[in-house]
Amino acid sequence: MDASILANLWIGFQVAVSPWNLFYCLVGVLLGTLIGVLPGIGPVATIAMLLPITFNLNPISALIMLAGIYYGAQYGGSTTAILVNIPGESSSVVTCLDGYQMARQGRAGPALAIAALGSFFAGCVATLIIAVAAPPLAEVALKFGPSEYFSLMVFGLVAATVLAHGSLIKAIAMVVFGLLLGLVGTDVNSGVLRFAFGIPELSDGIGFVIVAMGMFGTAEIISNLELKDKREIFTSKVTHLYPTKQDLKDAWASVLRGTALGSMLGILPGGGALLASFGAYTLEKKVSKHPERFGKGAIEGVAGPESANNAGAQTSFIPMLTLGIPSNAVMALMIGALMIQGIAPGPQVMNEKPQLFWGLIASMWVGNLMLVVLNLPLIGMWVKLLTVPYRYLYPSILVFMAIGVFSLSNNAFDVLIMALFGVLGYICVKLECEPAPMILGFILGPLMEENLRRAMLLSRGDPFVFISPNKPISLAFLVASAILLVIVAMPAIRKKREEVFVEEA
Amino acid sequence: MKIKSPKDFWAGLMFIGFGLFFMIWALIHYQMGTAVRMGPAYFPAVLGGLLAVLGAFVLLGSFAIEGPPVPPFSYRPLILISVACVLYGYLMKPLGLVGATAALVYVSALGGHEFNWKEVTILYLILIAFSWLVFVKGLTLPFPVWPEMFS
Repeated sequence: MDASILANLWIGFQVAVSPWNLFYCLVGVLLGTLIGVLPGIGPVATIAMLLPITFNLNPISALIMLAGIYYGAQYGGSTTAILVNIPGESSSVVTCLDGYQMARQGRAGPALAIAALGSFFAGCVATLIIAVAAPPLAEVALKFGPSEYFSLMVFGLVAATVLAHGSLIKAIAMVVFGLLLGLVGTDVNSGVLRFAFGIPELSDGIGFVIVAMGMFGTAEIISNLELKDKREIFTSKVTHLYPTKQDLKDAWASVLRGTALGSMLGILPGGGALLASFGAYTLEKKVSKHPERFGKGAIEGVAGPESANNAGAQTSFIPMLTLGIPSNAVMALMIGALMIQGIAPGPQVMNEKPQLFWGLIASMWVGNLMLVVLNLPLIGMWVKLLTVPYRYLYPSILVFMAIGVFSLSNNAFDVLIMALFGVLGYICVKLECEPAPMILGFILGPLMEENLRRAMLLSRGDPFVFISPNKPISLAFLVASAILLVIVAMPAIRKKREEVFVEEA
Repeated sequence: MKIKSPKDFWAGLMFIGFGLFFMIWALIHYQMGTAVRMGPAYFPAVLGGLLAVLGAFVLLGSFAIEGPPVPPFSYRPLILISVACVLYGYLMKPLGLVGATAALVYVSALGGHEFNWKEVTILYLILIAFSWLVFVKGLTLPFPVWPEMFS
């Protein structure tokens, strides 16, 4: 590690430990843990709800808080998975398998502790990875022209669909649908109003927050209301928290593997916490000498995925921070938060706003420390929250969403649009069409069109500009996209991919 | 021809519908331009066409590959939750935060499994107090608190 990174981290820590930023970091991680613990509300809906409020904060405090929600949710999600056998967060689905079994055997304490410690270790490593990897990546990205950007976005979207679960072709269709919806509003080049149907509220386009809240918020509430909630909680059994020597011996290698795999999968477009925890569980089962112990309370099955999801949650900030390209729906919202603050996301952010950039990174380490220190003692409180029935929770969530959307521009029409996207989201759930790729398409739509136009203008209408040897980076992105698609479409791999995702359900 | 995968059948139809709509609307109403200087219709028309083609593949696949049926829709929560949100938006100006929140909480509570007047009323009072404290007092958002006729 060279000195400049240390110097940069020093700048970052000075920002991150200022009293107000510490406060917002704490608010973020507590809120994240809270919604992580509660099944039925995820970081996407929460961050979307809070975006309007961040208007009133300074950019760095806003980002620190929102980031805290995302990685805080990874900590909280495991608590519910272990104690109630319900994934509090989609990324802790696999933690249920062994974590809950450990709880049934009276080892809830060690399971919770190892999940928290593993996550903390992964968080520290991922923070360092971001600090080391982000500057060179941003350096490269600064040289990108419109054709490189266009191809990069194609690659990002393709990767996002490949890693989404369910049908590949439906995921691609959802991306395209999202791109189209992103085009609603005034066309920046010609000033023409597109797809506004004479509705003045649509002239600025459909608000990203509104779409996200509808697709992930109200749609999820409607789906949840179909199910009766029944919960069996092992509260009394959380007696000794500390893992035994044997537990630590079994778990440390899994933590390392989970961290490594999670960090890698997090950087990939479409990656993030969910994919990371999944991959890590599969990996642990593969390398274990006793794979038959999995599903019966193997501590490796908790340590690996929980480390991986936290690492993945954090490294997924890398493409967002350096390229301005979101790799998952949460990152798309973070970009939304930057734009609300009038900051254009992209590689220039690091040079122009070093305090924002490094402050955010340093805050992740601070936040992880807070989580591990606060969480274990607070587990009793989180568990109490789980006894709050869903029939109290969902009207409260709806009130916050409705206030948030209404306050965007004091307009009832926005709330109507949210409700419509809720209906669309519900239909998509029923038809097994993933909403996440659509959201990515939605945020990239205008950017893609803009870069496509510029690239075509520069090349005088030659469509081969994207694959010409003069543009090796653009060519590489497109070739990589094509290879990804071909690989996934191959029958053998497709079967394997389906198997992996079936386990999840 | 028999539909083997109903989920894909309807998803395919949905994609074709949206795709054709965007493509045709763009072609009729906006300028296409050329590849060098793309008009406002260019990108949406291409994407709309692409979406329709993808939808057609999904649709055709539904006749070939076996798939699960579409799970039944729960119309009660679907309608009540959506209506509750819309009411909130449109009642905010005439009835203020107090009235709009009441509509949202009571109507959405009707969409759940159980409905208990007393419980919902307590929940409503807590939520209205919280909204007032955080959003009106704390964040000073310009919401009318009481119905128009009282202020």
